[in-house]
Amino acid sequence: MTEKAPVKQEVRSGITDSLSVGIAIFPLGIALGILVVQAGLPLWVAPALSIGIFAGSVELLLVSMLASTVPLVTIAVTVFALNFRHVFYAFSFPLNQVRKGLPRAYSVYALIDEAYVTYSLMNRASLTSARILTGQLMMQAYWVGGGLIGITIASALDEPIHGFEFALAATFIVMTLDAIRSKRELPSAILAGLSVSVALVLYPANAMLAALLIFAVLLATRYAIAAARTRTGDHA
Amino acid sequence: MSETMYLIAAIAFGGLITLGLRALPFAMLAKLRKSKLVKSLGEWMPAGIILILAVVVLVGEFQVRGSNWWMVLVATAVTVAVHLTCRRRVLLSVAAGTACYVLLVNFF
Repeated sequence: MTEKAPVKQEVRSGITDSLSVGIAIFPLGIALGILVVQAGLPLWVAPALSIGIFAGSVELLLVSMLASTVPLVTIAVTVFALNFRHVFYAFSFPLNQVRKGLPRAYSVYALIDEAYVTYSLMNRASLTSARILTGQLMMQAYWVGGGLIGITIASALDEPIHGFEFALAATFIVMTLDAIRSKRELPSAILAGLSVSVALVLYPANAMLAALLIFAVLLATRYAIAAARTRTGDHA
Repeated sequence: MSETMYLIAAIAFGGLITLGLRALPFAMLAKLRKSKLVKSLGEWMPAGIILILAVVVLVGEFQVRGSNWWMVLVATAVTVAVHLTCRRRVLLSVAAGTACYVLLVNFF
């Protein structure tokens, strides 16, 4: 670990890391704030969601569910299904680089998609505890801050502006482009593309979860094939 | 149950479930850290998972727009084009794609 690097510089790197996803998080936070106001919920629900749950897509969905007072069981099942993908993040997120204790606990609590995407693809050796924590804290600040601004905007506007949610799609598109630049990542991308296509056709209602499960099975198969090849000395 | 109590309980439930889903796998994988399978999966997963997130979010947006599906297509093309031609600056590409989409959605 490169803990010797000055903390100030690491904090600065963390802020830079957070900016590229922050441009998506912030407008989505605004969208959340606007939705809370339009649903007629108390204003404190927006920051309470962003701090209590801190999982973007689920929060946006919960707003309408809370407004229609759906049973708590339904909320629990929905959150479980939508956030189940986080189970896969433990495989690649560089949690070992984060200092034990409170910092590590926060890092796990704040492991949103954007944090996973940002830090799982970086070279572990260049990642320090201060950098990862700063990045994650900043991401949550954009999200909570965006929500508060959204509340303010919605209270002032008669008609809201739509379409900001595309920032999320755009971020993932751009990150996909960057992730599959090297040939090494191509097999994974092809298997993932196959998984998501099959999932969308067979399980449109739960496409995300289905795609991730199929992808995990395909990768395990890939591992088994690679292992079998090494054993038989076939260097294809 | 009052409305306030309901909201607090719902958010607390949602938060605990999310935290559990994030924390438990780390606890379980800690024992398997030396496993080659877990190591390979850790290396192979990120690029694919990001692609899956991108596709699912985009498909959702296509469904929201219905007959205006072309707006999603145009904004996606703008995002990709800006990213590939303007030296892969994430902020710029995302801002361009989103601005294009907001304009299309609100003025067409």
